[in-house]
Amino acid sequence: MEHLELFFKSVFVDNMVFAYFLGMCSYLAVSKKVSTAVGLGAAVIFVLTVTVPLNWLLDTYILQEGALTWLGPDFADYDLSFLSFILFIATIATMVQLVEIVVERFSPALYNSLGIFLPLIAVNCAILGGSLFMQSREIETFTLALNYGFSSGIGWFLAILAIAAIREKIRYSNVPAPLRGLGITFIITGLMAIGFMSFGGMLTGGDEPVEQEAQSAVIIENVEEEKESAVETAVSEIKN
Amino acid sequence: MGLLSKKDSKLILDPLADNNPITIQVLGICSALAITAQLKPSIVMAISVIFVMGVGNVVISLMRNVIPSKIRIIVQLVVVATLVIIVDQVLKAFAYALSKELSVFIGLIITNCIIMGRFEAFALGNGPWRSFLDGIGNALGYGVILIIVGFFRELLGSGTLFGIKVLGDPVEKSGLYAIGYENNGFMVLPPMALIVVGLIIWVQRSKNKALIEEN
Repeated sequence: MEHLELFFKSVFVDNMVFAYFLGMCSYLAVSKKVSTAVGLGAAVIFVLTVTVPLNWLLDTYILQEGALTWLGPDFADYDLSFLSFILFIATIATMVQLVEIVVERFSPALYNSLGIFLPLIAVNCAILGGSLFMQSREIETFTLALNYGFSSGIGWFLAILAIAAIREKIRYSNVPAPLRGLGITFIITGLMAIGFMSFGGMLTGGDEPVEQEAQSAVIIENVEEEKESAVETAVSEIKN
Repeated sequence: MGLLSKKDSKLILDPLADNNPITIQVLGICSALAITAQLKPSIVMAISVIFVMGVGNVVISLMRNVIPSKIRIIVQLVVVATLVIIVDQVLKAFAYALSKELSVFIGLIITNCIIMGRFEAFALGNGPWRSFLDGIGNALGYGVILIIVGFFRELLGSGTLFGIKVLGDPVEKSGLYAIGYENNGFMVLPPMALIVVGLIIWVQRSKNKALIEEN
């Protein structure tokens, strides 16, 4: 259940592109054709699925405060978390290099169509963002981190697939000249993000109204109590 | 500018408008959008990026002849990551609340495409002084857009600038609110950042027809 919730939350509610604008650069640059978008999206899913759990291990066993306890009691109060940026990005750069080699070997066509953007996955904010969010949200277990990486990747994939499809269609529309290309893409993404905000109620929908009702009930009770006590004091004053 | 030759001042002034990293080169958008709901984080972010870009470009430019081209991306990432750690630690020490507010987005300066883009496109082929100017220029161009977006989103969304109520008090119905003005709460939400940038692009390209893209 925990896993399912995290999955839906990362794909829809906390979508990398629409809620946090991560990976926008490649999202805007590679979304002109659906086929290249799918390739890049798949690469992002793969790299995120590998790097987030790897960085989780690094974070838990090396970087966090007290994480080095396994080395012996002397290391218990080390806090290396200031090194997390550099270690995370090193992991990511290495993994991207690996993916590049594998893709070049097994799918030269995909390698050619991705062109410069494959090395740029290393500087795709969605990848580092995934690891940093994993750290700042204190995801508890290894499998949850794996799930988080994978589902964030899926979310990013969905976003770039959708915008690429829209951009292929919009080529035939009469967009005002200054808005053509980049401008209209920004605005469409904004509108899509508004659409995705409606997913926000998906996981919290059942809980919040109840709380609010309870709160307002408490407020009403308080008000009534105040009224009663005011009446009582007034009555007693009159008696006196 | 007496200090700079014409060619050098072009390096700084070009990215401010006609070759703006955000609206023309489409670089560094990720962090530009997420933190612009208010003016103050936008300015802090802009200053951080100016620092990282200026210093980073100089460092890379000094090392450009000794970096093996195969591992240059990793070298660049290490340089940026080191600079960003400095920024992050300074912010944590002197502006803790602000650094909490910016959360992961300071860390994401590392993957800000403007920085890598300028390293690749400029610092690897030019001397330190020119690279420094190029870095500052591009970071300023980035900062300008950030500040414009932050300004409009904070002004229209919460009616404040730097947290000061410039349009009057919405609760006491003073100032503009007295004649029925309402805040547009929508501006504070993330999607509006995209639409505001889209509108900035629209304005800029209507002024300068040469920038209009083919479909």
